[in-house]
Amino acid sequence: MKATDTKDPEYFHKVVDCQYACPAHTPVPEYIRLIAAGRYTDAYMVNWESNVFPGILGRTCDRPCEPACRRGRIEEEAVAICRLKRVAADNKDEVSHLLPTAPAEGNGKRIALIGAGPASLTVARDLAPLGYQIDLYDDQPVGGGFMRSQIPAFRLPPEVLNEEVDYILNMGIRQHFQTYVSSLKSVLQQGYNAVFIGTGAPRGSDLDIPGREACDKSIHVGIDWLASVAFDHVNKIGKRVLVLGGGNTAMDCCRTARRVGGEDVKVVVRSEFSRMKASAWEIEDAAAEDIPIINNHVPKEFVHEDGVLKGMRFTVVDVVYDADGNRELVPTGEEVFFEADEVIIAIGQDNAFPWIERNLGIEFGKWDMPVVDKTTFQSTLKKVFLGGDAAFGPENIITAVAHGHQAAISIDLFLKGERVENRLAPGVTLVSQKMGVHEWSYDSEVSNDDRYPVPHVSKEKALRDRKLEVELGFDIDVAYQEAERCLNCDVQTVFTTSKCIECDACVDICPTDCINFIHNDAEPALRQSLRRPAKRMDQDLYVSNALPQTKRVMVKDEDVCLHCGLCAERCPTGAWDMQRFFYSVTKAGSSCKQSSPSMTSS
Amino acid sequence: MTFVKPAFRHPDAPRNELGRSRQDYEGGLSTLCAGCGHDSVSAAIIDACFELNIEPHKVAKLSGIGCSSKTPAYFLSGSHSFNSVHGRMPSVATGANLANRDLIYIGISGDGDTASIGLGQFAHVVRRNLNMTYIVENNGCYGLTKGQDSATMDTGTPNKKGDLNMYSPIDLARLAIEIGATFVGRSFSGDKQQLIPLIKAAISHRGFALLDVVSPCVTFNNHGESTKSYEHMRSANTDMPVDFVPMRQEITATYDSGATCEVCMHDGSVVRLYKQDNDYDIEDRQSALEATSHYAKEGKILTGLLYIQRDSEELHDVLDTARRPLNSMNEQQLCPGPRFLDSINAGLR
Repeated sequence: MKATDTKDPEYFHKVVDCQYACPAHTPVPEYIRLIAAGRYTDAYMVNWESNVFPGILGRTCDRPCEPACRRGRIEEEAVAICRLKRVAADNKDEVSHLLPTAPAEGNGKRIALIGAGPASLTVARDLAPLGYQIDLYDDQPVGGGFMRSQIPAFRLPPEVLNEEVDYILNMGIRQHFQTYVSSLKSVLQQGYNAVFIGTGAPRGSDLDIPGREACDKSIHVGIDWLASVAFDHVNKIGKRVLVLGGGNTAMDCCRTARRVGGEDVKVVVRSEFSRMKASAWEIEDAAAEDIPIINNHVPKEFVHEDGVLKGMRFTVVDVVYDADGNRELVPTGEEVFFEADEVIIAIGQDNAFPWIERNLGIEFGKWDMPVVDKTTFQSTLKKVFLGGDAAFGPENIITAVAHGHQAAISIDLFLKGERVENRLAPGVTLVSQKMGVHEWSYDSEVSNDDRYPVPHVSKEKALRDRKLEVELGFDIDVAYQEAERCLNCDVQTVFTTSKCIECDACVDICPTDCINFIHNDAEPALRQSLRRPAKRMDQDLYVSNALPQTKRVMVKDEDVCLHCGLCAERCPTGAWDMQRFFYSVTKAGSSCKQSSPSMTSS
Repeated sequence: MTFVKPAFRHPDAPRNELGRSRQDYEGGLSTLCAGCGHDSVSAAIIDACFELNIEPHKVAKLSGIGCSSKTPAYFLSGSHSFNSVHGRMPSVATGANLANRDLIYIGISGDGDTASIGLGQFAHVVRRNLNMTYIVENNGCYGLTKGQDSATMDTGTPNKKGDLNMYSPIDLARLAIEIGATFVGRSFSGDKQQLIPLIKAAISHRGFALLDVVSPCVTFNNHGESTKSYEHMRSANTDMPVDFVPMRQEITATYDSGATCEVCMHDGSVVRLYKQDNDYDIEDRQSALEATSHYAKEGKILTGLLYIQRDSEELHDVLDTARRPLNSMNEQQLCPGPRFLDSINAGLR
């Protein structure tokens, strides 16, 4: 194998599994250390820089970081990264003076943002401080987009949402709420220099089976129904409710139904439990509110008497996989009837662009979606950019934020007359953490604690008030304990070949047998011949150059390295060092002009 | 102070036939200098005992004084242990072994503890063929007292300060072969591939087994002109690789070499040695002495299993002692009373 090029910023970035998995690449271990140190405001700002909505995301994020967390590979559960983020938001001091502001004098360029969800707000956050005039359009009376209409208040209190949305709106954003944009052409005609479309995936899928039309008033499309509840247009539901679908929207619907009058609420899912799209924790929370989840039931018909819904009939299926892994739902012959007063359909959502004229130069591709560049988020009409769910279909808030940052870079480059493909490399630093004998500037001792559960309010209280937040959040003491579970994967094990005397001290001390000194070979053979064969192909091998004495190489399997620093601790020559790696995605308006990957090291 | 070994281990870490993990054979965290060869020897002992499926409580580890003699604290924390007086580990080991022949005895010593203050004790435990594994962690200096020359330091080599050693060295392996040891090996702490099977073979050997392990002192004797440094060992080591094949396991070769020899141990396991040349007979003392001196003259250090005598009589055989450990006997058996004393006394008249 070739020696690892640690000058490539992506090598060490990948070792920080959580940050690498995060669409916005938020520096997770960095802010977790700040939380452990009680520096909540600093932790909040590290988040805010990267993901714009720490308080919101700390309650609602899909947490792609947690399944990636290294801790989940050495024991049962990942670090509670998401809920630690909330701790920073809950305990921070006043931050408004730390936020960027729009300059008094604008740069004269105008940008329209359509939709006031996380993608558009991120674009505004990045571009308003650079002097652009931002016009924000949304058909709702307030900003937030689907963060407001689809996430129930018991998961995301409006105060939290308002605070973080207002940080951005207060940057001098010109707000056009309750303004439905029915024509992109008319927006373009207003002479904007660029337009960003962040309108989400606003159309909930319907279910076209017998009885659907006849009982229309008792059947609701999930995302629309949630929005009606959020804006207080709906405040009650029948006692017996069926929710169709196995995603997070279904979980929000069933839990909301329990709070507005539903007593017998069931979730019915076509597929098997293990394939449900909903996050495990959301399923758990629904189960805790006495909501059964019934799997392998395919809806057959709505049963009614003269238009009055009586219930639904389902076909029970077996899930069968063929040799290629394709799933088939094979009816068992059994049919089941569930009584219901109302039904909520939460089986997916689609994009819809009826308001974009097809003769503007925006090319539409598969599934009638605009063609969008995956890096620049530019459409085929150069001044129109898309991001969030509107760009590539339904994802989540953190993905929308990541899109927003990238689109903002493109818009800034585009309006400066530069090539949008000409994007800057990430900012990277690598600094030794050695303070002295046995002294490191991070808590290298590995906590053995299990993951701490987040306390909830009692079920009785929660179900009485649909606006009462269910999760109470970690208190400061528990937050510290949980923060200490973080392995500090960003404190990298950095190896200097020329200093190594091949004494084996690191091999002998490594608790997880990561380090090997062996003769070089091709990667597959090398992976097999390690002390613990490196089976996880998505985890890299760190390979040194040939060593001075034996011409062997050092091979470290990054997979389950605890970053405990004992290799560096026991190294007599400093060939191993623990160095903190900081990786920040370059934002719009960065003045740094280098375009090749760079790294400063100590 | 952040010097704590985490409790987590590799999720794929194997278990041995006893269902134990390697972690069950570990000890406390080493307080030796970073990079000390002794830590590698400790790690090799851990691996050997883990792979031999030895119950930790069936092991007694004994030591004298010195850096090496601290190391029993760093492996097999579930074993019996005795940190004795300087150079007097052999006496304590002899007493313990005579009292309980069922335990596995592993003595850890250094070049100071064995070749200087303890040379007398060492010589006699060798000639008595006490059933134990005696490991000398040999670094050619007194590391615990700032690196003075030890008795195994080669003539004319400088210490860290630059002063040359004027005296002739003691080669413990050759000495042991001379005075009747029944198993003698030499190895290098930086070569676990050889060291681990050698330790396994030494533990399996019935009788006295000496392992003279060059184990560099990183702090005082790892400089450019040292003959006990990592670098010197890597260039001067003429190694004879060793395989240890436990009983009931198929013997598969891991090295390509014509000059192999296989030795069947008393427990049915097999030690295979890949020799440097065909003429070398490891069951012949003279041959072993000639081979070691031949390589020494060339400035090389021959490592591997140097000499073995199978089917020797260990101390218990010679003394015809009781088959059972003393702690399993009752008072009547241990103190049979005046009638037996009288008969013994009568025999002496």
